[in-house]
Amino acid sequence: MDPLFQFLLRMGDNTLVLGHRVSEWCGHAPVLEEDIALANTALDLIGQTQMWLGLAGEVEGKGRSADDIAFLRDVWDFRNLLLLELPNGDFGQTLMRQFLFDAWHSVQLGHLINSSDPRVAEIAQKAAKEVAYQVERSADTVVGLGDGTAESHVRMQAALDYLWPYVGEMFQGDTVDLAMKEQGIAPDPASLRDDFDALAGRVLAQATLTIPQDNYTQQGGKTGARHTEHLGHILCQMQWLQRAYPGANW
Amino acid sequence: MNPDLDQIWQWLATVPDPEIPVISVVDLGIVRGVAWQGDTLEISVTPTYSGCPATTVISADITTALRQKGVDHITIKQQLSPPWTTDWLSDTGREKLQKYGIAPPQASGRPKNCPQCHSIDLEKISQFGSTPCKALWRCKACLEPFDYFKCH
Repeated sequence: MDPLFQFLLRMGDNTLVLGHRVSEWCGHAPVLEEDIALANTALDLIGQTQMWLGLAGEVEGKGRSADDIAFLRDVWDFRNLLLLELPNGDFGQTLMRQFLFDAWHSVQLGHLINSSDPRVAEIAQKAAKEVAYQVERSADTVVGLGDGTAESHVRMQAALDYLWPYVGEMFQGDTVDLAMKEQGIAPDPASLRDDFDALAGRVLAQATLTIPQDNYTQQGGKTGARHTEHLGHILCQMQWLQRAYPGANW
Repeated sequence: MNPDLDQIWQWLATVPDPEIPVISVVDLGIVRGVAWQGDTLEISVTPTYSGCPATTVISADITTALRQKGVDHITIKQQLSPPWTTDWLSDTGREKLQKYGIAPPQASGRPKNCPQCHSIDLEKISQFGSTPCKALWRCKACLEPFDYFKCH
């Protein structure tokens, strides 16, 4: 198993699965401006997916396109973080998940722009500009809702309590990560923790929210060992057309 | 006999952006290079935002426009690096946007003035607008909402 291919799947599956989740809000958000913002966020994530999975297909060398990889794999071949496949919950929970991911994503891309693999660096440079904008918005919204009304505060704290056990997976490393680090392609995931904690700590404190003390971590998404039941439901919706009508095009 | 590259650039300058037709793909700064390889014209195009759905339409529009001018063999290359920046938006492009009612990007991160009444009393409604490249602002003097082309 080529570690670079695995690494690219992890990057692309993260943005694919979260992009799909966020797109579920289209037409349902609390106000029109937020609806448009969520759709734009999803669009950026899907655009980044095309770049990561496109390169994954190229590296794999079996002639698979980004679409083939996105639409024709089953649950056990997905390499996204568990955090990103969780259902949206309410608007606050969606934005809390977005912030937690954006915070990690911005730190990760900050390293990848200097990757020893120029193809990885190019994609990261493109994505980093978009993610800088995303994290600004999700952080502002988390602060606005956390330090908002009594109702919004309670909901944001509940969202943080629910999602926090899924944060640790971002920083867990395995043999794929070790190979990436040795080749200078990507940083050791554990090394991103301090920058993440600084950013998340600052924003969550400003949002008057309390980070849970328990450091228990859910895991199994990025290795593909154990996804939640939710991923299968996403794939049913996302893939049915290509499964039912193989090669359909328009 | 291949048309010379200046001529090609002039033709490209008449191809409108599909979502903001008041400016051309050249004004937008997304055409990064034009070169002849034998009798094939190679055009490098860079996306504004990675997920911008206009990207494929833009490539098709460029091909159609140049075919009409008699260029038969065209390859369009997607170029990622260096990533697109609004610094590449031409000065004429900026003027056209302002006249059209879209505030052009500013390094300060906020529009300079209302494209309708030129007031500087403005507020942001949303960081995102009707396309990935725009945000939504409102003028507090004339009360008109307007698009702001994000600085990127």
